[in-house]
Amino acid sequence: MTTSTPKRPPARPWRLSLSDPRVAGLFWQVLVVAIAVAVVAFLWSNAVHNLSVRRISTGFAFLGREAGMPIADSWIDYTPKDTYLRAFIVGVVNTLRVAVIGIVLATVIGTLVGIARLSSNWLLARLAAVYVEVLRDLPLLLQLLFWYVLMQGLPAARQAWKPIGGVFLSNRGLILPSVPLHEANWWTVLALVAGVVAFMIVRRRLIAQQMRDGRARPAWPYALGLIVALPALVSFLSGASWSITLPELRGFNFVGGLTLAPEYFALLIALVTYTSAFIAEIVRSGIQAVPRGQSEAAKALGLKRGFVLQHIVLPQALRVIIPPMTSQYLNLTKNSSLAVAVGYQDIVSVANTTLNQTGQAIESIALIMMVFLTISLGISLFMNWYNARIALVER
Amino acid sequence: MSSVAHVPQDPLPIGPRPAPRALGGPIGWLRANLFASIPSSIMTLLLLFVLGKACIGLWQWGIANAVWLVSGNDTSACRALRGVGACWAVVPEKYRFILFGTYPFDEQWRPALAVLIFIALFAVSSRRSFWRKELFLLWAAALIVIGCLMWGGFLGLSFVTQDRWGGLPVTLILATFGLAFGFPLGILVALGRRSKLPAIRSLCVLYVELIRGVPLISLLFMASVMFPLFMPDGVNIDKLLRAQIAFILYAGAYLAEVVRGGLQAVPRGQYEAGDALGLSYWEKHALIVLPQAIRHVIPPLVNTFIAFFKDTSLVLIIGIFDLLTTAKTAIVDPAWQSFSVEVYVFVGVIYFMFCFAMSRYSRSLEAQRGTS
Repeated sequence: MTTSTPKRPPARPWRLSLSDPRVAGLFWQVLVVAIAVAVVAFLWSNAVHNLSVRRISTGFAFLGREAGMPIADSWIDYTPKDTYLRAFIVGVVNTLRVAVIGIVLATVIGTLVGIARLSSNWLLARLAAVYVEVLRDLPLLLQLLFWYVLMQGLPAARQAWKPIGGVFLSNRGLILPSVPLHEANWWTVLALVAGVVAFMIVRRRLIAQQMRDGRARPAWPYALGLIVALPALVSFLSGASWSITLPELRGFNFVGGLTLAPEYFALLIALVTYTSAFIAEIVRSGIQAVPRGQSEAAKALGLKRGFVLQHIVLPQALRVIIPPMTSQYLNLTKNSSLAVAVGYQDIVSVANTTLNQTGQAIESIALIMMVFLTISLGISLFMNWYNARIALVER
Repeated sequence: MSSVAHVPQDPLPIGPRPAPRALGGPIGWLRANLFASIPSSIMTLLLLFVLGKACIGLWQWGIANAVWLVSGNDTSACRALRGVGACWAVVPEKYRFILFGTYPFDEQWRPALAVLIFIALFAVSSRRSFWRKELFLLWAAALIVIGCLMWGGFLGLSFVTQDRWGGLPVTLILATFGLAFGFPLGILVALGRRSKLPAIRSLCVLYVELIRGVPLISLLFMASVMFPLFMPDGVNIDKLLRAQIAFILYAGAYLAEVVRGGLQAVPRGQYEAGDALGLSYWEKHALIVLPQAIRHVIPPLVNTFIAFFKDTSLVLIIGIFDLLTTAKTAIVDPAWQSFSVEVYVFVGVIYFMFCFAMSRYSRSLEAQRGTS
């Protein structure tokens, strides 16, 4: 049997008229591109002219100059004598610091609130609904200013609140006990990470073996060995010390411990509560999207409640949850730029100060855009990878 | 058992079951919804305890110990509270400034009327029976009337420049004009993104992804700082208008994605039917595709509107006097400096009323769609 490809109709000759769809398509494209190019060229020539009038040199050479910009809250060493480039790096680190911790906390709180909204306990479900409704319907900037004002209204360091021993809440921010990270401690941390990775590989192989012969093999001895014993051994051998430093009040301020500045803390609270309200709705609708029959079938098989939630409902709900969750993570990251309103020096705030000091408007805003486009791309890639991993495998 | 086939003459008497627990009435309701199990009961008691404490605290701060009125700028009564009570006196003292900014005091009925026209416009637009072509004319007319009211300069109304506008009207103007122009832009971009023409498609993709990839603040900075750089000499556009342009571009990108979702939901057959009727591209979309596409995405559109309304508050950062900025400015006054929480609560209530109304509306639309 021979397969014959259907013959294509002979190509129609081109007609030089707008009623020919190909000519019309070409015409419109050329027109739109020409307009876009003309607009950009017009703006660009104006910009070049204006910059030369104002004696502002274009280019990123200013990044090597001394910034002279104080940044109070930084995780990496920085003094005003450092360059603009270093100030920008501090800004990026500050953005990531609030975004990453914010995403983790917002996910946890949002998931809890989302599940609480579906609780059979009327009071809990109502309270969760009120939480979501109030936080979603107020502008984030208003909430941020509100939290910041509350922070400033806290008592001074001497009269700080002590909810638990070692934790202080005052107008200097939240001060927590911390573990100083010596070099020796890093080896232990490294061993812990290596142990977790090794355990995940071992667990995968165990599951693969179980798939082959159907015999369940316990994974916990490996977990004990790789995640607990290995880091403990390394910690012992490298002589790490895990003494906790408790913050103390000396004079008018605290010494020791980990300080979350009021700006950072207010921004974190605002971002986490605001985003968690949206995440709660996503989680709720995700769980509701799983047909009831699924959990009923699992219960009929005699599976336990926790098992049903973990292995039947959540994996199916996740497929609905992940795509909108990704856009919430992106929103949180972009919203962290509101930091500029309370004076937390994230990338936008640093760029804004740079812009005011040097007049390098185009470069500063280009840097903001580059940073955010990179972060957004990173989050999207990760979430797409995760989404592909949990997607329904159709056989 | 000798016989299986026939029913025994005198079956074993089965005792009556105990009556089911009362499910009706308030006690039944309590039992089913608050005390269904031991963990649930513990949770209820815990929540009641926390809620009770919070309510008592709020009652004492907000009502019992609050100061409602003071004469003039004499805030000594408020200061004497030392934080144990709210100073609501700041609201009657400052509400005119918070709502209307620095608009001339005697002319403030004009922005007030503008706000009412806005609200009436939203109310009319939310009714399904008004979704007709005439609605566009109504919007155009209402927006022109609002512009005339705010600017004045005719019929004995004094002319008021934009830099004196402030408060709620500015928030509503930014949001409404942003939507009124951003929506058509979004539709065009959404169509462009689905176009078969590669140059147009990539331009639209570039625009949408670039705008959605960066924070709104950087767009506003662009509008306030970079825009003058890009203009020829002597062309100077007002700050409010520049922010408005930034908002239109921002809204256009987000609305384009929503509309694109709706376009994807329209079955192919509809497009093909349009082609078969010999309609042009624009006729096909305007008459057949878009009405269906937009109907599909009304709830997400309303959610985008809500987000957009809240986002207008970001103009605070570039110094435009919207509702949040006037609130923040009102408490710069040294006499009232320490009562910002009260002012934020007042402004929060205004924002909440608008957003809550919209979100309720979106939910009712979704419910309608679920039933139809």
